[in-house]
Amino acid sequence: MLNFFLLIVIYAGIYALMALGQNMITGYVGILSLCQAGFFAVGSYVTAILTVNFGWSFWATVPVAILLSAFLGVLIGLPTLRLKGDYLAIATLGFAEILRTVINNWDSLTNGPNGISRIPKAVIFGYTIKSKYAYIALIWVFVFIVWALFERIAKSRMGRALEAVREDEIAASSMGINVTKYKVWAFALGAAAAGLAGCLQALYIGSVMPGTYVFMVSIMALCMVVLGGMGNFAAVILGAFIIQFISYFPQMVGLSNIIPAQARQILFGLILVLMMIYRPQGILGRSKRKYKTTTGKEASK
Amino acid sequence: MSSLLETKSLTRAFGGVVAVNSVDFNVEKGLITGLIGPNGAGKTTLFNNITGLDVPSSGKVYYEGKDITGYPAHKICRLGIARTFQNIRLFKDLSVIDNVMIGLHFKNGKGSRLGLAIKSFIGLKGEQTVMYKRAMKWLDFFGMSHLADEPAGSLPYGYQRELEIARALATEPKLLFLDEPAAGMNPQETESLMETIRRIRDLGVTVVLIEHDMKLVMNICDNITVLNYGQKIAQGSASDIQKDPNVIEAYLGKDDEDDDDDDFDEDRE
Repeated sequence: MLNFFLLIVIYAGIYALMALGQNMITGYVGILSLCQAGFFAVGSYVTAILTVNFGWSFWATVPVAILLSAFLGVLIGLPTLRLKGDYLAIATLGFAEILRTVINNWDSLTNGPNGISRIPKAVIFGYTIKSKYAYIALIWVFVFIVWALFERIAKSRMGRALEAVREDEIAASSMGINVTKYKVWAFALGAAAAGLAGCLQALYIGSVMPGTYVFMVSIMALCMVVLGGMGNFAAVILGAFIIQFISYFPQMVGLSNIIPAQARQILFGLILVLMMIYRPQGILGRSKRKYKTTTGKEASK
Repeated sequence: MSSLLETKSLTRAFGGVVAVNSVDFNVEKGLITGLIGPNGAGKTTLFNNITGLDVPSSGKVYYEGKDITGYPAHKICRLGIARTFQNIRLFKDLSVIDNVMIGLHFKNGKGSRLGLAIKSFIGLKGEQTVMYKRAMKWLDFFGMSHLADEPAGSLPYGYQRELEIARALATEPKLLFLDEPAAGMNPQETESLMETIRRIRDLGVTVVLIEHDMKLVMNICDNITVLNYGQKIAQGSASDIQKDPNVIEAYLGKDDEDDDDDDFDEDRE
């Protein structure tokens, strides 16, 4: 039982990173992207290939994975972000599938469907990260760093510009905001967060396989954002916990024979639909900007 | 006579429909210019082509003597041309103050872009206080600072129109385009809008407005351009325009019994 809880905390952390990125893209700029699995895979494979084939340390692979994911985010963002709504969702979905297919078939680099195993453990100040508790600490430190960073960006003028783009692109551009630039930025940030999540996933599992990075992963990240609350980073992390809990619940209570693993896909779909109907703003809703100066007093001066 | 903005034979065709047909439109600095014409005359299309939301099929747009034809909207805004929209386009879910602060987006000091980004990232509070105060100043200008924290979409219609103007002014434009600012307003609101537009002019902002409310146009516009079927049919002061036969024809239609009319005039003389 305790093991399951630890597992949930670990996976909630990894997925929370992806969901934070998804929130930047979907919650702030309002782009429906289904691509997080692709960037997740890129992060994982960068760590796996660099550590196993080239003998890099885990820490050195993290910035490479983040930068490569962000770069790919820009690469896909530039041509596709002209599209709107459903078309954009399909284009990003396609991109994630292309990445997975490339990984599945580039045998010389990725070892194809067999994947790469025996990824070395990370060592920090002579201490090897092995136990579940150590992983929890490591993963959640990253989650909090990304959270703080994204929260800050969202509160700055950039965040305001992103929201303007979401609300009305034409009005935003008439206010001097370069719409394309901000969309691509958000996309790159979201991709970078998913890439980081991929690194941690590879490190924790110790191996990578193309089968892990399926479309369902993107849907889970999206589910977390919708369930928690679009445009609210804390809510998204809460969403990550809930979704992970639901995923592991059948195994936890020993019902995995009765409730097959596929049932959770039905469940996620159901959650998305029900949330859209009954509480489209999510459990916690969008976070509002607050300014210290109280307006009433200012006005009377 | 110094033209702040000029279009030279600007044309915009949508397939076979020529919405704006070779229009020479010019705006003089410091004045209030009116752009009128029957529905579908191409007024908004002309605005869109000047403010970068649409690209002319042919012709040029000059701003302060510089060719700005085909510039993207955000660049044109940064040059000092702001606008409002016929069907109000506020950021409805954001608060009133945030709407104005978005107008201040690129107005936070000088320096390299990256430098600015880093500065805003580190000195968030400081920057925010400055922006907040500046935004509040614009709300005060319209007497709506008590509404700062309300969601923009929840405001009454008249306030929404004014907020859109406040947001446009926050970009500190030299030239402000208002697309039917009085649409849907009652006579009292229109009256106060007229006063507001004069106050905006007194700030040193050149105003161009599209409007159907003739009382407003004739009262405050120093110079009026009339479009009909995409073509400029008249230009001049309010009294010139009111006498212009082309304008009368465009608005009231051509008199079928031309001959009778002439006879009548002759009789009277």
